[in-house]
Amino acid sequence: MNSIFSGTRLRDMIRSIRACKTAAEERGVVRKECADIRASINENDPHDRHRNLAKLMFIHMLGYPTHFGQMECLKLIASPGFPEKRIGYLGLMLLLDERQEVLMLVTNSLKQDLNHTNQYVVGLALCALGNICSAEMARDLAPEVERLIQFRDPNIRKKAALCSTRIVRKVPDLAENFINAASSLLKEKHHGVLITGVQLCYELCTINDEALEYFRKKCTEGLIKTLRDITNSAYQPEYDVAGITDPFLHIRLLKLLRVLGHGDADASDLMTDILAQVATKTESNKNAGNAVLYECVETIMAIEDTSSLRVLAINILGRFLSNRDNNIRYVALNMLMKAIAFDDQAVQRHRVTILECVKDPDASIRKRALELVSLLVNENNVKQLTKELIDYLEISDEDFKEDLSAKICSIVEKFSPEKIWYIDQMLKVLSEAGKFVKDDVWHALIVVISNASELHGYTVRALYKAVLTYSEQETLVRVAIWCIGEYGDLLVNNVGMLGIEDPITVTESDAVDVVEDAITRHNSDMTTKAMALVALLKLSSRFPSISERIKDIIVKQKGSLLLEMQQRAIEFNSIVDRHKNIRSSLVERMPVLDEATFNVRRAGSLPASVSTMAKPSVSIPNGVAAAPLVDLLDLGSDDIMAAPSSSGADFLQDLLGVDLGSSSAQSGATPGPKAGADLLMDILSIGTPSPAQNNTSSIDLLSTAGINNNPSNALDTLSSPAPPHIATTASAGGMFDLLDGLSPSPSKEATNGPAYPPIVAYESSTLKIEFTFAKPSGNPQETNVQATFINLSPNTFTDFIFQAAVPKFLQLHLDPASSNTLPASGNITQNLRVTNSQHGKKSLVMRMRIGYKLNGKDVLEEGQINNFPRGL
Amino acid sequence: MGIRFILMVNKQGQTRLAQYYEWLTLEERRALEGEIVRKCLARNDQQKCSFVEHRNYKIVYRRYASLFFMVGVDDDENELAILEFIHLLVETMDKHFGNVCELDIMFHLEKAHFMLEEMVMNGCIVETSKANILSPIQLMDKAH
Repeated sequence: MNSIFSGTRLRDMIRSIRACKTAAEERGVVRKECADIRASINENDPHDRHRNLAKLMFIHMLGYPTHFGQMECLKLIASPGFPEKRIGYLGLMLLLDERQEVLMLVTNSLKQDLNHTNQYVVGLALCALGNICSAEMARDLAPEVERLIQFRDPNIRKKAALCSTRIVRKVPDLAENFINAASSLLKEKHHGVLITGVQLCYELCTINDEALEYFRKKCTEGLIKTLRDITNSAYQPEYDVAGITDPFLHIRLLKLLRVLGHGDADASDLMTDILAQVATKTESNKNAGNAVLYECVETIMAIEDTSSLRVLAINILGRFLSNRDNNIRYVALNMLMKAIAFDDQAVQRHRVTILECVKDPDASIRKRALELVSLLVNENNVKQLTKELIDYLEISDEDFKEDLSAKICSIVEKFSPEKIWYIDQMLKVLSEAGKFVKDDVWHALIVVISNASELHGYTVRALYKAVLTYSEQETLVRVAIWCIGEYGDLLVNNVGMLGIEDPITVTESDAVDVVEDAITRHNSDMTTKAMALVALLKLSSRFPSISERIKDIIVKQKGSLLLEMQQRAIEFNSIVDRHKNIRSSLVERMPVLDEATFNVRRAGSLPASVSTMAKPSVSIPNGVAAAPLVDLLDLGSDDIMAAPSSSGADFLQDLLGVDLGSSSAQSGATPGPKAGADLLMDILSIGTPSPAQNNTSSIDLLSTAGINNNPSNALDTLSSPAPPHIATTASAGGMFDLLDGLSPSPSKEATNGPAYPPIVAYESSTLKIEFTFAKPSGNPQETNVQATFINLSPNTFTDFIFQAAVPKFLQLHLDPASSNTLPASGNITQNLRVTNSQHGKKSLVMRMRIGYKLNGKDVLEEGQINNFPRGL
Repeated sequence: MGIRFILMVNKQGQTRLAQYYEWLTLEERRALEGEIVRKCLARNDQQKCSFVEHRNYKIVYRRYASLFFMVGVDDDENELAILEFIHLLVETMDKHFGNVCELDIMFHLEKAHFMLEEMVMNGCIVETSKANILSPIQLMDKAH
């Protein structure tokens, strides 16, 4: 009998929920209903069950937890009446999912229902199975489903077919069982069964290659015939949608044909006729027609090439593009992206329309059009396209600006024909959308600027003008400060004017104004301020007349609350005050940063190294490795390798990766042999420096002074350069590992007497190498080695290079050799420093390669040195 | 594959019908519904494109009177076809309920679900003929 809490009817409950004005009220009502339902469940009253479940479903849809209802579903499913079963299965599908263990209990019920006499019940079971079966259930019940695919009633057949789709997806192994059944389904007349049959085949083809082959051979023609029938069939009111008979079936068939024809020329041949027919005959003034056309075009794109068909397809897309309906345009843009892959010309014709779409008020279309545009760019149209895009950047929405600016930057970078144009465009982008521009973009810009030495004057003047107008764009300010710092003298003296420029007068104090403004502005972040400080230091050397004012600014920053600023200010102040003599050599122009290396490195996505590059070049080893600025622990590479001499770019070479021997030789740089590029990329994967590079001296010295932080100390060592020395590299790029754990500078090496006997590392008929060892105090892991190369032959070796590689637990520093010409019976020396992280456990071992020219011929000698004394 | 979920949401953002073909927890569902609804409602004022991209799938939506029909599909699905499917769904419900409105769906939620079940199984479109879809439902109504 019904208790007092007989429960409200579903619609009453819904009404009461709707009447709630607040969320709290609604929760209250729902809670009460749930309590009622729970009470009713406990009573186990069969009459109310389905009403309860209906209510539960509604509540579940609103988002409240309904786990207590799950057993109810099971009971309902088990009951004999059809309505109860129906609700039970519905509840099952909504409230449960394949992960719940409760599902296992249902398996048995499902099995019985699959064999039920009433076909509707069978249909129910199939439905439920098709929606939520798990892998185990699939395995259990697969044979039943297979049998049902051949059932007499088409409704059951179609449901069984779709159920098998799910089974096959869950348990791909069972796919073979279904292949035959699926192919028989394809010959059906009933549209429902046909659709599901086609879907089953599609699924089988994607999962199982054998199935694909089978269907390709046997069924392609049948499918084509079916498609033809449908296209040509008379009006069928049952399936007609806007004049097309069953567009859904059309689309499914086309999809399956796509899979069958992809990669197979024969099948594609068979299809060309019907595809052409569909493409031309389908009306396109209704959405249904367009849908079919869209699918047709996609299929044409995917199958093997028939150029006439492809032209047809692209024409259709062109028509879509000019359609007023946004949906169609969106779809067309989507497809054109794929079309670019094989017919670029045709798509270029529509370039103007696509550009218009970038400015469309609809956000989805804008996004797609932008992606398409970036694929369309090539050398011919890059200038025009960029101009349009930048124009649009100024008026676009904030959220779109980020995408747009990123795309513009990548386009400009890839295709820029000349540097001045590149710099111009980047400046415009930075002015408009500076805050969206990512770090590596403006780093790249600085690389390019430093490489374009003839444009330095122009660049710095343009930047100066820009930053006056757009001083809120952080990135622009940073780039401007860096350039003003570097090339301030060019700015003030109007050096290097290009014909197109108007002369501007900038006084020194104007330039300093800009930098000061950047420091003092409250919304500059720390990077900008720090960069500004460094720029001030450079300017204090380049503009001696106002160095008092600069000093004042720096002094003011001594009291800054940011540690980074404080430290820099103090150090720079001390340089300005007490070290005027070396200040100018300190802040000499940055050496040109090597583009090729930068690009490769960037492509290898080493973020740390990139960030080091653009940073101020002042080579003060200020043990402050400021986190935002100089992440010099570039992937743990402590070893400073000399970059190939030519560029003088002192990148922190990544020892764990590829040693990048850049080949961009700048003329006028050291002649040093390009052996640096000839990397000893052996299995130990540690590159070697080429000792003829002379900049290493400065690098090594600076790196080691991390501990004793006295600028002058390092600078002293700086000023004792190893022979041949490039003036420009005296300041040497700042890419040093300032947290280099290696201690004393080489100037202190060999102070301890040799505690280990010298060894003959290598001996051949023409060359002998001796190593003498010294252990500098303080670090037992370190060894200083002096290598002496002795020429045993009567000829002179020129372009002598020694390269060495060590296993990963060792670290190696090579200093430049005393000379790279080895006269007959003469010798040259070179210092190495080795750090053994496995000191005591493993001894040193080294592989070396020697290259030199003998009578104009290149000679290479290689060897392994195993006879290091133990305990090094 | 195919269809991931079907939602019917009214203009105030209340879900009237939700059918998911892949598993999401309750919180995820509510969050998802909230996000999508906000996106669609915001767009409707200005633009006319019916497709929204959300995370890794596309939402095809259309507004009928006060109800938004939103279907989430995989990336490779034909959007125009889904649009047609939405229309077919509405027409089927219209045929059964006669001038269907939001209240009809709310009060006869299970019938709406049955109809949807006949049309879509496991994310794939099964039946597109209104007669075939409605016949079992009419039978059941008669049995009641």
